[in-house]
Amino acid sequence: MNEDDLRQMIGRVQRGSLSRRGFVKRMAAVGLTAPMATQLLAIAGAAPAAAQTASAYPAQRGGGALKVLYWQGATLLNPHFAVGTKDQDGSRAFYEPLAGWAQDGTLEPILAAEIPSRENGGLAEDGRSVTWKLKRGVKWHDGQDFTADDAVFNWEYAKDPATASVTTGSYRDVNVVKVDDHTVRVEFQRPTPFWADAFVGSRGMIVPKHLFKDYTGAKSRDAPTNLRPVGTSAYKFADFQPGDMLRGEANRNYHMPNRPFFDTLEVKGGGDAVSAARAVMQTGEFDYAWNMQVEDEILKRLEANGRGKVNVLPGGGIEFIQLQTRDPWTEVEGERAHMSTTHPTLSDPAVRQALSLLCDRNALEQFIYGRGGPATANFLNNPPRFRSENMKFEFSIAKANEILDAAGYVRARDGVRAKDGKRLKFVFQTSINTPRQRTQAVIKQAAQRAGIEIEVKAVTASVFFSSDVANPDTYTKFWSDIQMYTTTMPQADPQLFMNQYVSWEMSTKANSWQGRNIVRWKNDEYDAAYRAAEGELDPVKRAALFIKMNDLIVGSNHVIPLVGRPTVSASLNTLKHKLSAWDLTLGFLHEWYRTA
Amino acid sequence: MTNYVVRRLLIAIPSLLGISLILFTVLALAPGDPFEELATNPAIPPDVRAALRASLGLDDPVWTRYFSWLTAMLRGDWGYSFVSRVNVDQLILARLPTTLAIIGASQILALAIALPVGVMAATRPYSIFDQVANTLAFIGFSLPTFFTGLLLILLFSITLDWLPFVYRADLSSTGWTWLWEQVRQSIMPVAVLGLFQGAAWTRFVRSAVLDVIRLDHVTTARAKGLPEGSVTLRHIVRNALIPVVTLVALQMPTVFGGAIVTEQIFRIPGIGSLLISAILANDTPVIMAVTFVFAILVVFFNLLADVIYGWLDPRISYS
Repeated sequence: MNEDDLRQMIGRVQRGSLSRRGFVKRMAAVGLTAPMATQLLAIAGAAPAAAQTASAYPAQRGGGALKVLYWQGATLLNPHFAVGTKDQDGSRAFYEPLAGWAQDGTLEPILAAEIPSRENGGLAEDGRSVTWKLKRGVKWHDGQDFTADDAVFNWEYAKDPATASVTTGSYRDVNVVKVDDHTVRVEFQRPTPFWADAFVGSRGMIVPKHLFKDYTGAKSRDAPTNLRPVGTSAYKFADFQPGDMLRGEANRNYHMPNRPFFDTLEVKGGGDAVSAARAVMQTGEFDYAWNMQVEDEILKRLEANGRGKVNVLPGGGIEFIQLQTRDPWTEVEGERAHMSTTHPTLSDPAVRQALSLLCDRNALEQFIYGRGGPATANFLNNPPRFRSENMKFEFSIAKANEILDAAGYVRARDGVRAKDGKRLKFVFQTSINTPRQRTQAVIKQAAQRAGIEIEVKAVTASVFFSSDVANPDTYTKFWSDIQMYTTTMPQADPQLFMNQYVSWEMSTKANSWQGRNIVRWKNDEYDAAYRAAEGELDPVKRAALFIKMNDLIVGSNHVIPLVGRPTVSASLNTLKHKLSAWDLTLGFLHEWYRTA
Repeated sequence: MTNYVVRRLLIAIPSLLGISLILFTVLALAPGDPFEELATNPAIPPDVRAALRASLGLDDPVWTRYFSWLTAMLRGDWGYSFVSRVNVDQLILARLPTTLAIIGASQILALAIALPVGVMAATRPYSIFDQVANTLAFIGFSLPTFFTGLLLILLFSITLDWLPFVYRADLSSTGWTWLWEQVRQSIMPVAVLGLFQGAAWTRFVRSAVLDVIRLDHVTTARAKGLPEGSVTLRHIVRNALIPVVTLVALQMPTVFGGAIVTEQIFRIPGIGSLLISAILANDTPVIMAVTFVFAILVVFFNLLADVIYGWLDPRISYS
């Protein structure tokens, strides 16, 4: 089925000559999953906007205290300075964006009156601007009105380099114009299909102009509101101890009816993940625990108590392997893995294919990651509308041996294969983290049986992931043959995620190894597809481009996806929460409630 | 005496400077920066990260950073945390009361155990009481606090469900309920730290008392027909306590420094947990401040111990 057929069928659904169920059925016949088919309808504008499932939100309020446990506490409460998700979550308890990302990868209005679309005139036809209509009658916790001026101020605040904000990447290349008191227009320099970055989700939280206007640029650190936030959210600020405790109380003037449910909010930080899981699922001291990086075995045992449950939310995070394209062992112009070199053996597709066959992804899922790591063949896995159906993975030592034999790699006396004097001996680096070391061991063993010798290397996480230019062991330098880590996808759009393989993002000495293309893979077809996707306004075509990019990079075997990394959390059975892997943990806190 | 104290204080200045220099260099040599979490997030452009590093002065040479830190410190400006962008003194002061309460209580508990048990054991050496006390003391200081801490949590929180194992610095209740909840949540951490310290001190008190009990003046006191209680209290314990007092004085800095492991296990928001989270986040100003204050306290209490020693034992003179 090609794109035209697809488009015609979507058109029939829109006109009403084909039922939605019929559409999904036909899609299933050609191998598209039901969620993907529904998503296609949604992005093509054929789904009713109110297709959300009806919420069973209770009519009464006064739900007592909601106690949330983070094993790393929030350290600051200004969303523009929030370095980690813990800080973003702390800020999100009080500040709100215009819209948030729901779990199905769609936008949900929060401070916006509606989600901009072509139909309601919010999205410009040329893709150069998006007009947000703000909700009327929203008040800051101190009683002032929330207006378009606040949104414009946040843009000015975040884009100012002197502020040194973390969010600046979302704001510095756009222009924000106030249309009227309750309308703002975000203007882009070029047609931009992914318009939902500024003012949306984790980097879209809006701080009040009237309290921050005297503290911009270099003075931003002195703002008293950095630690005593005044926001628009369902909970008002009560008290904050950095790294320890954050308390809030219900905002009775909240702009959504009948919310919030709880009287007070407590977010406690510190400790470790395992005991946090215990405090929820075993002793019930807390209602919800964040980011359960705990072995699935333990979580299952705790779940057996019947008090709490584990929530697994599939997102875009992926644990994957990179196979070096350049030669990391030769120095050219003072730079290892220089762009002018090629890797002596990994440049051979047969070797890469063999290595991909030697990664036992099902075993990784089954014995190491459990529910926290479903095996996958794709680099781009979610939202489902961007997931490729073309990639398959397989574990076969016999096939790997066959391929290497055919390619002329002969086993030497020590069992390691070599061709033209080049031995298949690789250094495999990753950060220190128990599941990663176990994965290294699994792959090393399989490789050994195929005549490939792997030397494993583990680097402390704070070194591996640092931007320290002087250190040779950082992952952006990638001065080894093979490396493995997790990359995250914080938005339900793959544009920022897929720039990891474009040729103008090379991580080299010239840019202090800050480029995002760490594997230093260069492919003109990929570059062209990415350029096209950047300006492609048709969502179906754009999705097809991203699927093509995924197939190109995964098909090259320079990148071997291993397991997806969903967000895992623990909660009491009585707590009804709304979570999304595409937004912050507390992104839909106003919808949380408790049943008896 | 005054002369001696002044001289010691003057000697302390270069040693504190040396300590600060070593601390700073080691921290500067340690790889990494506070923005590790931004690294794998594709939504943060790498140059934003580089600009953040530059704005905090992390790209300057080590010696420029050290001197700007030192001059600021001498002016009383402790700098601000890279991570929370809060002034460091504010962060430390917010956490000091909790640490003082928990660690202080545990030290008092340790003394309350060590003194009577140590003295009793020494006055009846090799009796059943002595044997039992000795064995328990050995077990007490052989078990690391992270182990006993987890053991207590497992027993009292998870199996029996009697005590909470997440410490809360800001209990919302007032009056007697507040006191009751405070006691409930403090029992386990105080017991873990107190029993560990108490066990070590018991052994020390016992040997100190044993040293004194054989001396001639004790025999003389007994020969004068003094009651055994008064011999023990006034003639033995008083003399035996001189080294113990020194030991306790040297232990005082930890009361301010917190207990890293125990605070982490029970989620106590004290100085120790502040230090460990700062270390994990490469938050140099906070690490510097906490460790430097600790160094000052160690130097100060060392001096204090020496002075007390001279005061308790008139044979020692500092002229």
